[in-house]
Amino acid sequence: MPYIDPHIHMVSRTTDDYARMAEAGCIAVTEPAFWAGFDRSNPAGFFDYFRQLTDTEPKRAARYGIAHYCWLCINPKEAEDVGFAREVMGLIPEFLDRPNVLGIGEIGLNKNSRNELVILEEQIELARRHDRLILVHTPHLEDKLKGTRLIIDALRNAAVDPGRVLIDHVEEHTVAQVLDAGFWAGMTLYPDSKCTPQRAVDIIECYGRERIWINSAGDWGPSDPLAVPKCHVEMRRRGHGEDLTRRISLENPLAFLGQCPSFQPRI
Amino acid sequence: MAESTCPLSGQDVVERYFMEHRAKLLDIAAFLDRIDRAGPPPGHEDVRVRALRRAIPLLVDGAGDRTRRVLELFSDHSRDPIPTASTQAALGVDSGTAY
Ligand SMILES: [Zn+2]
Repeated sequence: MPYIDPHIHMVSRTTDDYARMAEAGCIAVTEPAFWAGFDRSNPAGFFDYFRQLTDTEPKRAARYGIAHYCWLCINPKEAEDVGFAREVMGLIPEFLDRPNVLGIGEIGLNKNSRNELVILEEQIELARRHDRLILVHTPHLEDKLKGTRLIIDALRNAAVDPGRVLIDHVEEHTVAQVLDAGFWAGMTLYPDSKCTPQRAVDIIECYGRERIWINSAGDWGPSDPLAVPKCHVEMRRRGHGEDLTRRISLENPLAFLGQCPSFQPRI
Repeated sequence: MAESTCPLSGQDVVERYFMEHRAKLLDIAAFLDRIDRAGPPPGHEDVRVRALRRAIPLLVDGAGDRTRRVLELFSDHSRDPIPTASTQAALGVDSGTAY
């Protein structure tokens, strides 16, 4: 079945991963800008990262028939130094009109600090100014519940249309507040943190199939670029029909991402 | 929370998932045994292990919504942003809670 992995960091993955994802039915990926596993020593490091996201990766993906889209931002892990973060934000506008750029992301919080929040608010404003979609990273583990509340407050204060924002990495304790506030929700399938395929399907069974998707968030850490099709197996194993798989991994991503006119993957 | 929409019957859920979760339970038991064998830590037991011990009764208290309640037990419930982020990492449980 054709599917979209709407959150994966292909800069950290091999070309073999593209090949295996294509064999499994992946037709499109969207890649948010994030932390590289180390702090960049210079804002100029992000200039090259944004070139990689907007130029190199789309070409690499196209060789396997996968459409590659991306999101740009300064990630929350490197946002504690406000001056540094603002310099990176200054690089973003010149990349925004590249054909594979969907919006601003993954912005959000990491340790829920004041400076992270300042930079989050400024990037929400950047997205509003350019009328772009927003992809939000919620914090890890014990920081997720508090961070999700702070993020929702910041988005509400900025009067952003919740239908144009996807809040990612939801789990059982955060999914309801995200969906109830009208935002889209993403579930990340990780081996040790976030959701397992079983729990992701549980959440869909409990909270419904509206405004929700799954992703692998494959990167340089423990993660699996084939997590999305593996979660489809879990759905089938429970007796769910292909209508559910299509809804979660094709129709929902097309509906949310399709709000950006340049998102036109070949299905 | 919406009504369950899992197509499997209760018995089917047991048939399909029991062995996998039997193994996970034994892993937790073995983890706690391993901590015991390694000897008591100096001072207080690690906050993560204390939180884990506090979470286990939630599994059998019959109140449902176990996953959400375990995650909430492990969460920081404060409301205000912290002054500065002195680390980028998360621990897995809230170090400010007296578990
Ligand atoms: Zn990510």
